[in-house]
Amino acid sequence: MSEPDIPAAPATGSSPTPPGLPAVEAAGIHKRFGSTHALRGVGLSLYPGRCLGLVGRNGAGKSTLVSILSGLVPPDAGEVSFDGRPAPSPGDVTAWRARIATVFQHSMVVPGLTVAENVFLGRQPRRGRGVSKGLGVVDWRRMREQARKITADWGFDVKADAPCGSLTVEQRQVVEITRALAAGTRCLLLDEPTAALERGAVQRLFERIRQLREGGVAIMYISHHLEEVFEICTDVAVLRDGELVLTAPMAEVSKDHLVTAMVGEKKKGHYPERAGSAAPPSDLASPGSRGRGRAGSPDLVVSSVAVASTGVLLSGVSLTVRGGERVGITGLRGSGATTLARIVAGAAAPDAGEVRFGDNVLRPGDRAGALRAGIGYIPEDRQAEGFVPLLGAAENISMTITDRISRAGFVSPKRREERTTPLARRLSLVSAGLGQPVRELSGGNQQKVTVARALASDPALIVAITPTRGVDVASKELLLAELDRITSETGASLLLASDELDDLVICDRVLVLVRGEIFTEFTEPPFDREALIAATEGLGAK
Amino acid sequence: MSEPKGRGTAWTDERGTSEEGRRRLESAPEASGKRSRSRSAAAISWLREAALLPVLAVLIIVGSVLNSHFLTVSNITGIGQQISSLGVVVVGESLILLTGGMDLSLEATYGLAPMVAAWLIVPIAAFGNGMMLNPYLGILILLAVGVAVGFVNGLLIVKGRLNGFIVTLAMTILLAGIQEGIVKGQSPFDLPNEFSYLGAAYIGKIPVSLIVTTLIFVATGLFLRYHRTGRAIYAIGGNRAAARAAGIKVNRVRIGVYVAGSVLAAIGGWMEAGRVSSVASTQGYGEGIIFAVFAAAVIGGVSLQGGRGNMVGAASGVVLLGVVQNILDLENAPNYWIDAIDGAVILVALILARVIGGEASAE
Repeated sequence: MSEPDIPAAPATGSSPTPPGLPAVEAAGIHKRFGSTHALRGVGLSLYPGRCLGLVGRNGAGKSTLVSILSGLVPPDAGEVSFDGRPAPSPGDVTAWRARIATVFQHSMVVPGLTVAENVFLGRQPRRGRGVSKGLGVVDWRRMREQARKITADWGFDVKADAPCGSLTVEQRQVVEITRALAAGTRCLLLDEPTAALERGAVQRLFERIRQLREGGVAIMYISHHLEEVFEICTDVAVLRDGELVLTAPMAEVSKDHLVTAMVGEKKKGHYPERAGSAAPPSDLASPGSRGRGRAGSPDLVVSSVAVASTGVLLSGVSLTVRGGERVGITGLRGSGATTLARIVAGAAAPDAGEVRFGDNVLRPGDRAGALRAGIGYIPEDRQAEGFVPLLGAAENISMTITDRISRAGFVSPKRREERTTPLARRLSLVSAGLGQPVRELSGGNQQKVTVARALASDPALIVAITPTRGVDVASKELLLAELDRITSETGASLLLASDELDDLVICDRVLVLVRGEIFTEFTEPPFDREALIAATEGLGAK
Repeated sequence: MSEPKGRGTAWTDERGTSEEGRRRLESAPEASGKRSRSRSAAAISWLREAALLPVLAVLIIVGSVLNSHFLTVSNITGIGQQISSLGVVVVGESLILLTGGMDLSLEATYGLAPMVAAWLIVPIAAFGNGMMLNPYLGILILLAVGVAVGFVNGLLIVKGRLNGFIVTLAMTILLAGIQEGIVKGQSPFDLPNEFSYLGAAYIGKIPVSLIVTTLIFVATGLFLRYHRTGRAIYAIGGNRAAARAAGIKVNRVRIGVYVAGSVLAAIGGWMEAGRVSSVASTQGYGEGIIFAVFAAAVIGGVSLQGGRGNMVGAASGVVLLGVVQNILDLENAPNYWIDAIDGAVILVALILARVIGGEASAE
């Protein structure tokens, strides 16, 4: 696949217009993981002195493409070439690193070592020559000098002797970029580099990117934040469902144009009808107006919750979920949406602020207390927090209610079965009996166990984080329909944090978080899909 | 390789093995509402949990062939009395291992707790401190020492987030030093009957210690299987984050098992003191019993990663070590080679347990 939209002439062309030979060229890349076709014939080029923004929704294939370009994963078909020469063989990490370097979201810096050591990790200059060089004694002086020279050349402000553990996230990124430059790499892939940075640091990063670009480095910039792409990139490429649907110089595309390309024509417009809901949406449009709401279902009041650790940021977020209301919160990774939900569930403690449920002020980070107060919790990462793999389905489901099914502390198997069987049936859990260890179940059924565990305690408020992640379409609809039905029937409130916009269908209103602040609110379901996406990117009317 | 998936938790077994479940699944797709649960299948899998039983059977046959004295009542109760004190400590260590922790200092508590009690109880002539404390008060103090050590360990590891290995290692040395220090290296003897009853007395032909240890195993086994705190122990060892997310008071339970473990170690030491009617200054740490404790637990299928194992397995691990020791004693194994033989036997037992049990330790 060629890219007629890319401004420069094809690599082989004799056109005098810059930038000539691409630093990296990928052609006809295909990659499958099992039944998913992650990339379908993707081709793109990076040119020296230019910055290509790569955008696309979750699952569009961005990370797969990054892995292939950085040599971590071989493509099933297609070719990658550097400066017109074929890429090194898949296993040759050193050769790949000399040509292309990736700065990942998660820092690849060793905290116990100094900046200089990290810059020359695995290829420290050695002392002596000939035989004595073979001894592998590190030439500390030379290593420090070289590290200093590179940082000075590029105007980076990190000290070569500083231990990396004491650096900020921003400085660690600088170390990684320096490492790439020290290896002679003139091609950088930045994978969501701003996810963990605050605004000032983002601006300084952009300054560095411009500087690198002017220095003839080819850059690919992967980001969920469209406004950043507009600010820093010279070109943009859009991936959708594993295909490259648009490549163009930045100046030639509008924001609307980009969002349309990301979402796709056929999905454009409004949400599908509420899954499995008997109630027409108009009934639920105004918060708190649901007649069926349980009279005693308490309100959730979150006031000025703030978190300031690295990676997550919440700056004084307040929100109220009325008894029986179903509120969605969404945002990109790092926006704080999941953190906010975790705080409400008592699974994380905020640095400041208060969560009040009815008359109770919840103790920060006290999951057991939140459970007692009536808050059920469907965690984001089911492998990590959702279930105990060695224990049976029934035991996992009843884990939140052992106090109710036991006498003098001893759990009654009969009562456990009475409580768990209806739930399992309701969620169509497929297992070889409820005693089967959960690790033997499929991913979708594991998720059902996780959901059932939250529902078992008859919660007055369900906090759900990406409750349908990694489950097949049928289970997804079923889980959403059940959450919808159970909240309607019992009058329980729902706080649903998800970046899967399909999940939000069951909500009465949706809050959009951008960089730890509530950016905007959608109060009228059905929600406009495109407007939601734009809002998560920080676009659209505030 | 036997299928590792079918084993695992007591809960699984209670509900039938997973192959059985799979068969049911095939016959009835609506598997979530499974009804019947076959008692015989549950019993069979209960036996399978104790993967060591065949090994034990072989050992007993070997023992009886080698020595006609082996299968006599007095020898068997003798084995029982010998392994009782070890068994109680294994119960304690297993509780801690099941939550994913470890406690090396149980061996020191096993020595220190009875030492403090004996030191306060016996007269100066028998290396006491002269206080001549009432033996029952002494027993209370013995238990209190267990509670205190376990609580400090638990606090440091759970609340202080110190590494359990190094904390309990340091604690071991500290406690063993105190044990040695208070009696200046002497071994208090002349223990009153009230105090030595647990380790020395017999009911009919059966040693009291064996009865008590059996009761402790049974009670702990039932507790782990049916009590919600017992189930919480498996949940915490199997996936701590999930247990926390489910509202289980993870820290409280973890500290609790350190306390329970230390108290059980103190009781084990008390039995041993009664059996030999004195407290050696080397009891516990000096004898290095912690190795046998870990070996028995691991041979019995208690996972060092936590979340897996049960009391049937732990008990069979203890019995196996006891039987081997007894056979070696009866055959007059050369004294200087006892340790080497011991180590080799434990290695072989571990390999056998791995092959039969099918659990890879690096899971």
